[in-house]
Amino acid sequence: MNKHLLSIDDLDVNDVSVLFDTAAEMHDVQRRSVKKLPALRGRTVVNLFFEDSTRTRSSFEIAGKWLSADVINVSAKGSSVSKGESLRDTVLTVAAMGVDGLVIRHGASGAAQQVSQWTEAVVINAGDGMHEHPTQALLDAYTLQRRMGTLEDKRVAIVGDLTHSRVFRSNILLLHKLGAHVTVVAPPTLMPAGVTAWSKDAGFETSYDLDEVLPDADAVMMLRVQRERMNGAYFPSAREYTVGYGLTRERLAVLKPDAPICHPGPMNRGLEIAADAADAAQSAVLDQVSAGVAIRMSVLYHLLAGEESGA
Amino acid sequence: MVPTHSASVPTAPDGPTSPGSVLEGRIVLDARDISRALTRISHEILERNKGLDKLVLLGIPTRGVHLARRVSERIAKVEGAQVPLGTLDITMYRDDLRKQPTRGPHHTVMPPGGVDGKVVVLVDDVLFSGRTVRAALDAMNDLGRPATVRLAVLVDRGHRELPIRADHVGKNLPSARNERVMVRLEESDGYDDVRIAPMDSLVNHGVYQDGAPA
Repeated sequence: MNKHLLSIDDLDVNDVSVLFDTAAEMHDVQRRSVKKLPALRGRTVVNLFFEDSTRTRSSFEIAGKWLSADVINVSAKGSSVSKGESLRDTVLTVAAMGVDGLVIRHGASGAAQQVSQWTEAVVINAGDGMHEHPTQALLDAYTLQRRMGTLEDKRVAIVGDLTHSRVFRSNILLLHKLGAHVTVVAPPTLMPAGVTAWSKDAGFETSYDLDEVLPDADAVMMLRVQRERMNGAYFPSAREYTVGYGLTRERLAVLKPDAPICHPGPMNRGLEIAADAADAAQSAVLDQVSAGVAIRMSVLYHLLAGEESGA
Repeated sequence: MVPTHSASVPTAPDGPTSPGSVLEGRIVLDARDISRALTRISHEILERNKGLDKLVLLGIPTRGVHLARRVSERIAKVEGAQVPLGTLDITMYRDDLRKQPTRGPHHTVMPPGGVDGKVVVLVDDVLFSGRTVRAALDAMNDLGRPATVRLAVLVDRGHRELPIRADHVGKNLPSARNERVMVRLEESDGYDDVRIAPMDSLVNHGVYQDGAPA
């Protein structure tokens, strides 16, 4: 396994299966009364979050703590970042305190990669701009694999704001590695530029018509409409988005009854996903959250527990 | 790359097990010796515990799990009832985690009824430094609080580095520190035997010397 986890491309299929196996064991630990393993005792992990996050940050925090690492949270708000410190200075300052792992979320694509060149610490990308969010993709695929047995030859639909979605980018790479057939669905305005050429390379299909894709899907992954990144007119109104691309009660009826519904959260209920779909028995949303802790324990363990040189 | 479990199986660090290449050592226990030793251990466990009351077997992966299952089968024959059986993974409790490439954990299975207040017999293949057992005791601490913990091993080869001893021993095997003890079991290796061999380059390839699980 590579020293850092910056992109899904850092992992080969074998790495993914090792991470999933360990995550499955960690899942069992979550059900124990004493949720503590000593594997990362004496190691320090800093969560460096330049963007808001509840589940990713707390999930990394819990994961680190259950492995006995010391976990410190640094968020941009209320830190020296708000006084104008540069990313590099923040990272060097934190690293100088003797940190072993750096979990970073930043609004700029490529931030994690950049940071990994400034520090000796292991860097884990917890979302960089519109680029990647590898641990989210891992927990999504892990959740689907647990629900469906395998991803090989399964049809997965990824629906929503693709342009701004790092979750989508990481998921495309990972699902393809695991043998799934992915169709991405979005209004033309939210389809990333150059997607046609990319889809040929990366082996996925594109569609503007959710109703055509949905009946054949073995799993569906709804993406959040990212209002904070919506500074252009991507669609006329929220209502119109829901009619064209929301997972409504009507569409839920069309979906295979055992097809898991994923959403990376936080959900805009009534916008991209109806409450009926979010709370349906086939909804995997809460599974994803608990899988998130297991996957992050697995990632932290494999990147931080072993010998330093990473033989 | 992360080494997978198979890369750390002590008997076959370099690929397929072929008697003759890796296994040039001397056989100290053959299949029948192993069988007799396990039968005796099973009876000892029952005698010491005066029956099945509160008894629980916990195998330490990988070979300790197979041995624990065999002991439980023998106990079931004698007593006509099942002894609760579990497995206890120690990977994340090892004291040499930082000195080795990272290994994935094995499965931990709580025995039916748990371990609280029980007489737990830990089962492993080889007792050497005692560090595996120390790790197992720590791991057990996170699962519950047994009334008593005992240790059963197929082979005790000496050279303890910690104040730990076994309660039930299949064979005491005097060995030199620079020798290797290799246990093969039908379930994982296709054969039943225990061999002792001079240390060769294998050990230096990161194979754990205890003959213990990865």
